Amino acid sequence: MSDYSAEGGHGAIPTSGVPSDEGGSKRSQPLWEVFVRSRRGLSHTHVGSLHAPDAHMALRNARDLYTRRQEGVSLWVVAATDIVASSPDEKDAFFDPAGDKPYRHPTFYDVPEGLTHL
Amino acid sequence: MTTATAAPQLEQDFQACIDADGRIEPRDWMPEGYRKTLIRQIAQHAHSEIIGMQPEGNWITRAPSLRRKSILVAKVQDEAGHGLYLYSAAETLGVDREELLDLLHVGRQKYSTIFNYPTTSWADVAAIGWLVDGAAIMNQVPLTRCSYGPYARAMIRVCKEESFHQRQGFEAMTVLANGTPAQRQMAQDAVDRWWWPSLMMFGPSDTESPNSAQSMAWGIKRFSNDELRQRFVDATVPQAEHLGLTIPDPDLSWDDETGHYVFGEIDWTEFFTVMKGDGPCNRERLAHRVAAHDEGAWVREAAQAYAEKHASRSIAVAA
Repeated sequence: MSDYSAEGGHGAIPTSGVPSDEGGSKRSQPLWEVFVRSRRGLSHTHVGSLHAPDAHMALRNARDLYTRRQEGVSLWVVAATDIVASSPDEKDAFFDPAGDKPYRHPTFYDVPEGLTHL
Repeated sequence: MTTATAAPQLEQDFQACIDADGRIEPRDWMPEGYRKTLIRQIAQHAHSEIIGMQPEGNWITRAPSLRRKSILVAKVQDEAGHGLYLYSAAETLGVDREELLDLLHVGRQKYSTIFNYPTTSWADVAAIGWLVDGAAIMNQVPLTRCSYGPYARAMIRVCKEESFHQRQGFEAMTVLANGTPAQRQMAQDAVDRWWWPSLMMFGPSDTESPNSAQSMAWGIKRFSNDELRQRFVDATVPQAEHLGLTIPDPDLSWDDETGHYVFGEIDWTEFFTVMKGDGPCNRERLAHRVAAHDEGAWVREAAQAYAEKHASRSIAVAA
C-alpha cells in the first residue's frame, strides 16, 4: 500500500496529504498565449502560454521558452484575456448546423467507374 | 444558454471520453477530484523540474571542457523550460502559479526525492543524465498519452528534450568509463550512489493504492510503479554492461523464464527519510529556491513598473 507514485516525472512524490490549490488570489503577471510558425509556408500553431509584464517581454520569453531548438521562424503572443472562445457547454448546439450537411463533402457524390479528373 | 446537463450525465460523458482514449480539454466539465489530482500532480512535477536544476547547476562552473559546459548549460536551461511548460499546463485548470510556488516554498507540496542527493563529483552529472533522466523517461513517456490534453502536450515537448539529457549523460559516462583508472573509479562510485535512489524514483509498490487505481481509471496513470521500475532495470542493466560498470546489487540476475532481470530489495526506509525532509540536501535545495525567488523579486517589480509606465504613456498618446 503506497500513497507515493512515480507521477512526479522525475520520481515518486506523495499523492495524499498534499493540497492541490486553495483558490488563492491571482497575482501573477498577465498570461500570454504563444503561437509558433515552425517554417515558412505553415500557419502559426498554439504551443503553450507564459507570464510576462508586457507584450515585448512576452515575445522574448516565448523565444527562450518555446524555440530553444529552432522550432520557429515567427512568433505570436496574444494576451489570454483578448481571446474569445466558444463555450464547451454549448458545443453541440453551436456546431450542429454543419452536422446534417454531408453534401458539402466531395465524398457525398458518386463518381462513375473509370472516370477521372472529377 | 442550453439547460445545465445533470451531473451524473456529465460524469458519464466524461468517463466515456476517457474510456474511448479521448482527451479532456481545459474548459470541459470534469470531476473535482480529477481536477485536484491533476493540479497536484502537474505542480509537483513542475517543482521537481525546477528543483532539479540545482544538483547539476552545481557543476556548470567546473565542467571539464567547454563542450561539456555548453551541453550542461543547455540541459539545465531545459529543466527550467520543462518547469514552465508544466506550470502553464497546471494553470489551464484554473490555478495560479504563484500559489503553487508558495506551496512549494513552505514545503506543503513536494518534489522528487532524487534531487535531495548531493552531486559530489563530475561523474554524478553523467550518472544523473544516464540513470535519473533515464528513469524519468520511463515515467514520462506514458504521460504523453495522459487523458488531460494540456499535460499530454507538455509531456511531448519534455520527452523530446529528455532524450538529449539521457544521451549526453551516457556519453559523458562512456568517456569516464573508458578513461584513466581514477576516472573509471569515479564513474563506478557515481553508479554506486545513484543506482538505488534511481530505483526509488518509481515509488513503493502501488498495487494496493486507492489513489493509483483512481488515476488509472482517469487515464492519468497508465502503468504501475513496479511495472515502470522493471522496465527501467531491464533497459539499463545492458547499458551498464556496455560501460563495463557494476550495478551495486548482489541479487541482480537475469531470469530466463520471465525475460526480466530480478533485483534486490529496495531500502524504503531511506526513501521515506528523504521524503520527510531528512535527506542529505533537502534544506539546502529549498532554501536555495526560496532565496532565488526572493532575490529575483526586484527584477519582476522593475519589469512590472516599466510595463505600467509604457501602458500609461500609450493611453496618454491615444487620448
